[in-house]
Amino acid sequence: MAQREGLGPGGKTGEVIAQALIEQFPEYIKIKKATHNRVYAMVDKTAWLKVATYMKDKFEFDHVTAVSGVDWLEEKKMWVVSHITSYSNQVTAEIIVELPRDKPEIDSVSNLWGGANWHERETYDMFGIIFLGHPRMERILTPEGTDYFPYRKDFVGGRRV
Amino acid sequence: MDMRLAPHAIAMSAQEFLAWSRDLMEQLMQASGGKKAVDKITAPIWSWALRNANYPLHFGIACCALEMAAASGSRFDAERLGMIFRSSPRQTDVLLINGWVTAKLRPDLRRLYEQMAEPHWVVAMGECAISGGPWYDSYNTVQGVDTFIPVDVYIPGCPPRPEAMIDGFMKLHKKINKEMKGTFLED
Repeated sequence: MAQREGLGPGGKTGEVIAQALIEQFPEYIKIKKATHNRVYAMVDKTAWLKVATYMKDKFEFDHVTAVSGVDWLEEKKMWVVSHITSYSNQVTAEIIVELPRDKPEIDSVSNLWGGANWHERETYDMFGIIFLGHPRMERILTPEGTDYFPYRKDFVGGRRV
Repeated sequence: MDMRLAPHAIAMSAQEFLAWSRDLMEQLMQASGGKKAVDKITAPIWSWALRNANYPLHFGIACCALEMAAASGSRFDAERLGMIFRSSPRQTDVLLINGWVTAKLRPDLRRLYEQMAEPHWVVAMGECAISGGPWYDSYNTVQGVDTFIPVDVYIPGCPPRPEAMIDGFMKLHKKINKEMKGTFLED
């Protein structure tokens, strides 16, 4: 089958974007899979903000669809999973950043994309992952003064209010 | 007149005098049977007016709000029974709670309840507002709104149909009719 054209007016496929990312940040990025409209990658947390800025400037990734977390209790690590979409290329990138579970801190991207603001606050609310440089790192769904993170695996459920 | 016999008549402030005269008036009316006579005329009229214009607060929280919207639509037409949805708590008589109440919403809902003018009633619609429903024993859902505000009518269902909601308001009408709120010389 012949190489597919990019879907959007930008004309870049997911494979092209993945290739450019791995050339730009060879030691920080690991491409898991790339198709014509999808990029799955794992990024080191020290380079995450640089990668995000590069993706926004170079490939017009304009929209953060979701920021969420994964708690790996036994492996003692946490993931922050960001889905970022480029309208002009019609490519969605799923970027995973791995963090240590005892110190889950990551650079915030809400200064790049305003839409990430509430997603990051919700991830903080549910997982306790701290986004450095976020304009307002507070609780969003639970009231102020809540002392637990309900989506963590070691959270014990039950009535609290 | 010897003023030593009525010292409070000169020692009263304006507010004290008003309260004193109001008490006197009420006691007089009660003693003479005038209150009963006036009540007999006014109470049914006021009760009729209250139950035929009980405006619910337009405050949709969850999926029961869709049933509320359907009830106010043309098929069920809740407006013919006096349920006109108003957006300000100052203009409403009924706080219709339709959905789960999170711990974060609780103080604001309490405040809405306080902002409504007397007399006012509370209707809990749907399982979540009654007891937490599917969110039983949840970490962030209040287990029933009657834990922090008094509830007059419960409408069970998940969600209840618009007929059930209208039936709940008919129950509220009966309650208002029985209470005879707004009688003469009563808080």
